[in-house]
Amino acid sequence: MSGVELSGGAFWLPFACAAVVVLAVALYVVLDGFDLGIGILFPFFPREADRDRMMNSVAPFWDGNETWLVLGGNGLFVAFPIAYAIIMPALYVPLIAMLLALVFRGVAFEFRWVAKPHHRKWDIAFAAGSTVAALMQGAMLGGLLHGIHVEKGHFAGGPFDWLTPFSAMCGVGLLIGYALLGACWLVMKTTGDLEHQARRFAVPLLAGLVALIALVSIWTPLEHPFVARRWFTWPNLLYLSPVPLITAVLVVMCWHGVRGHHSTQAFYSAVSLFVVSFVGLIISMYPYLVPTSVTFRQAAASLESQTFLFVGTCILIPFILGYTVFVYYTFRGKLREGEGYH
Amino acid sequence: MEFDPLLLARLQFAFTISVHIIFPAFSIGSSAYVATLLVLWRRTGSEHFHRLARFWTKIFAVSFAMGVVSGIPMSYELGTNWSRYSEVVGNVIGPLIGYEVLTAFFLEATFLGVMLFGWKRVPPWLHVTSAVLVAFGTMVSGFWILSANSWMQTPTGHVVRDGIAYPVSWLQIIFNPSFPYRFAHMMTAAYLTTSAVVLAVGARYTLVGAYPEEARTMMRMGLGMVALLAPTQLVLGDLHGLNTLHHQPAKIAAIEAHWEDQRPADLVLFALPDQKGERNRLEIAVPYLGSIILTHSLNGRVPTLKDLPAEDRPRVAIVFFAFRIMVGIGLILIAIGTVGAWLWWRRKLFETKWFLRPVGYAWPLGFVAILAGWVMTESGRQPYVAYGILRTAEAASPVSGATVASSLVAFVLVYSVVFSIGVYYIRKLIRGGPKGAAAAAPPSPSEALPNRPLGVAQSGTRESRAERPVI
Repeated sequence: MSGVELSGGAFWLPFACAAVVVLAVALYVVLDGFDLGIGILFPFFPREADRDRMMNSVAPFWDGNETWLVLGGNGLFVAFPIAYAIIMPALYVPLIAMLLALVFRGVAFEFRWVAKPHHRKWDIAFAAGSTVAALMQGAMLGGLLHGIHVEKGHFAGGPFDWLTPFSAMCGVGLLIGYALLGACWLVMKTTGDLEHQARRFAVPLLAGLVALIALVSIWTPLEHPFVARRWFTWPNLLYLSPVPLITAVLVVMCWHGVRGHHSTQAFYSAVSLFVVSFVGLIISMYPYLVPTSVTFRQAAASLESQTFLFVGTCILIPFILGYTVFVYYTFRGKLREGEGYH
Repeated sequence: MEFDPLLLARLQFAFTISVHIIFPAFSIGSSAYVATLLVLWRRTGSEHFHRLARFWTKIFAVSFAMGVVSGIPMSYELGTNWSRYSEVVGNVIGPLIGYEVLTAFFLEATFLGVMLFGWKRVPPWLHVTSAVLVAFGTMVSGFWILSANSWMQTPTGHVVRDGIAYPVSWLQIIFNPSFPYRFAHMMTAAYLTTSAVVLAVGARYTLVGAYPEEARTMMRMGLGMVALLAPTQLVLGDLHGLNTLHHQPAKIAAIEAHWEDQRPADLVLFALPDQKGERNRLEIAVPYLGSIILTHSLNGRVPTLKDLPAEDRPRVAIVFFAFRIMVGIGLILIAIGTVGAWLWWRRKLFETKWFLRPVGYAWPLGFVAILAGWVMTESGRQPYVAYGILRTAEAASPVSGATVASSLVAFVLVYSVVFSIGVYYIRKLIRGGPKGAAAAAPPSPSEALPNRPLGVAQSGTRESRAERPVI
């Protein structure tokens, strides 16, 4: 009896834990995506008052948003230690660069206000930190998709294996994507010239993102035959056809949201666009955590560890989502010029 | 040039965690202090509590941000530099850190937003509740991370199969033998350290007669806590030491620099331990005292370093001196608490310059003691990273020395710049003083401050141009 239950748990727990890690990474990308986007757009808004307002619009949220990155990394460590022990050394260089960039970005939120009127260096730190973090996250995704050299269950490649034309393209793609999220956030949260400017920037960013999504969608199946088989064989072709169709609809909705007078449509469409792209990536990569060498089942931690964490996650995530929504609700609405949340 | 990746990875972890621990220790203390001030303000309606709460919230926010950004690299460093460690103990340690993220990090980070920016957005009770939740979150965070660290010191509740640790009993893992002592000792250290900072700031303002009402409140609250917690910490430390004697005798032998078996055992006050020669130079020791302190008997046996083969011994000199620095600072804090309490009782606390002046410089003491304590306990369990399960030398990642060296250089450069500036900004905030408070004593009615909460709130948490610095 217990043997049957055990094999049941052993079957679905790795799947459920993989879902938790994927959810955490997806929430991180969307939530910290617009924070980082604000930083990426900083150089294009030279007025101090605009920058104050841009930073104020994300200040109450950034720390909670960044915590999803910790949960994603930790979830991988807990639930899939074997994958963690391969991916981290393989992506060593971009990971360290991202973490250091996030140091500059994170402290800028507090330091910039204390440093005033000598805050210019923290404007630069905020913009550069956000930009480098976005580039590196994209490059890490590209490096992972490209594949990692594994021998006998350990990373066996060089420190710059991750750096390829493909990963560089993914870096630029994520940079543009985050900037779009940031611009759509500003459309939603600000007024006047700032909102107007954000709408203007959003159009080319959306076009750029669409181009890069298309490039990745063509490049990945060319590089990995298993990805091509997944998408382009019958009947998968039929079942998966909603993914590109929904993507197209969301692009149009985002464009309308930017060009029209809606305040929220652009942001929610852009977020949905990220989510659908993310789903597309999962469809491509399933069941691999490290493409073509380690699946999520092979990398799974002990059943006891996954059970303990999964039970806690199921109980705690609803609370976390609950008070996250509460904070977003508390600081809802548009932020007018000269107005802070303070 | 060849780099030793293991040594570099150890240096990197030691450096990043030493910089990191300063900020969470201060955040644990200062969030609790802000929450206390806010509760006092709501209960008494006294505006100077409100001004103090806003003042310390700003300082807390800068420190908290530095704690967050210096903490995130730690959770990834386990993979980049210590991937073998992750494979061997990940099944046990991973979920503990996972629970820290789920129960503490989100709570802190989310309600921090309300605490920092919600002064006017939410009703006061909700704002106070948020501050209390943030302080509670920092404690919960300490609970899990100290549980994980304690398990690495005194592992229980697991089995090792094929060199990999698997959990058996989570209760035994979480509440492993050294955890209650380490948790109590570290939390008290965080509150004691912050109390010393609050006391020092109060003393500095008092010396120059600035913000008299706020300064006196800070001094009373800080001194009260130091007088209470410093002796408590001595008792907790002794209990922790007896626990270590039972579970990690090698660490105690290194703390005491005991090479040979002697009964009764001396207490070595000072020595230059010689690892190769297996003896002490320039030793100053008190007969009997070693047995009395450690075994609470005149003739008890104290563990010796020669109980272990040379390759299983920790580096004696590091452990020996780090312990003495920690205890020395503890004794100074007890002295400050005792003398201060006596002056307070004699009603001379705010006039006694010979006391105020040195106390104004006492703010770094707790931080140094915390660092020394951690150096002692982490070096003392070497050569193991997970005691008896995994040697530090076998825990590193398959990455090249050059890779680790360059990331180490990057961490040192970035941290030195960013965190030095951060500490400078905290100093700047402290020099600026509590906003809305009268800078010189005593406030006359004509300088009356806005008494309405809203009036004070409108002055903003964030206006940053420091007025004329007073200290």
